[in-house]
Amino acid sequence: MARALINAPAKAKRGDIIEIKTLISHNMETGFRPDNTGKAVPRDIITDFICKYNGQEIFRAELFPAIAANPFLTFYTVATESGTLSFEWTGDNGFTATESVDITVE
Amino acid sequence: MKPAAAVVFATAGLGAMAIAAEIPLSDRKSGYEFMARETRAMQDDDTANPGMLWVLDGETLWNRKEGAAAKSCADCHGDARASMKGVAARYPAFSAARGRPVDLEQRINICRTERQQSTPLPFESKELLALAAYVGRQSHGMPIEIADDERTKPFLQAGRELFTQRQGQLNLSCAQCHDDNWGQKLAGAVIPQGHPSGYPLYRLEWQALGSLQRRLRNCLFGMRAVSYPSGAPEYVDLELYLMWRARGMPIETPAVRP
Repeated sequence: MARALINAPAKAKRGDIIEIKTLISHNMETGFRPDNTGKAVPRDIITDFICKYNGQEIFRAELFPAIAANPFLTFYTVATESGTLSFEWTGDNGFTATESVDITVE
Repeated sequence: MKPAAAVVFATAGLGAMAIAAEIPLSDRKSGYEFMARETRAMQDDDTANPGMLWVLDGETLWNRKEGAAAKSCADCHGDARASMKGVAARYPAFSAARGRPVDLEQRINICRTERQQSTPLPFESKELLALAAYVGRQSHGMPIEIADDERTKPFLQAGRELFTQRQGQLNLSCAQCHDDNWGQKLAGAVIPQGHPSGYPLYRLEWQALGSLQRRLRNCLFGMRAVSYPSGAPEYVDLELYLMWRARGMPIETPAVRP
């Protein structure tokens, strides 16, 4: 599975705005680049990203060929309750990756 | 007529020497200092630095058993965080068996073929870069310390000659950009001093991690010079000279560069 790095606070105060940063390894092959025989390399990108907070979707992004390799996404949410932040990436050729981190809200 | 010509010649010679002066130690700057604030932030944050993806892969490879000997790097070297601390800061280092300096990637492949009895990893392959990044990471923040002794001297000298030698259709030397004109612009980009303190590093232009040899090939291509095959002794001599030139500067592996 693809390597992913998540940076989210392990602890937060209720009502705090928290920043979540995600980084995943992926080539993000655009589909427009020719290989050394002149044929276009088939597109192979991550197309969707979803972040859920205790099962509830809080952030979703669609990704396109113009997005650089190893997509880095950062977004914010409000810390409401202790639980799990789960992340899911899906893409071409059946690509899926999941990651999760726990958060304690006081 | 003759003495006048000799004077002109002598002045031109002096001029060339003055231009090709080395950067004083206190004026040296890492490529980091020429970067935009955003790119620096990317390098500084381990969860935003894409080079860390390779470091993590390298950690897995470090512990994976390989080859006919079914040994992992860890079986001999143990915990890399202790055993590899400071190692990358000393490379390229002289190999008595080879009779010449070898760079970190070559050292990893020597271990692979001789100790693990496996096939060498291709230059610029994801695995070799990952291992080099993982080993390099263990020296993060440590000063570069290249051996300047009787054994390395001829190779340092060869590297210095390559650095100052004009080559390619543009008839440029490395020194003309990186010693004489650093801080100026080449097209839209700032010319850095060319200190290899963060390799293998993540270049945004490459959208991947790359080795110092890849970067040198880039420069040679830009000078429209013929580049050397991967792992060529010329590259290693140049790497050795560049690391010596950056002596005392902290290792930034895995660095991020535009």
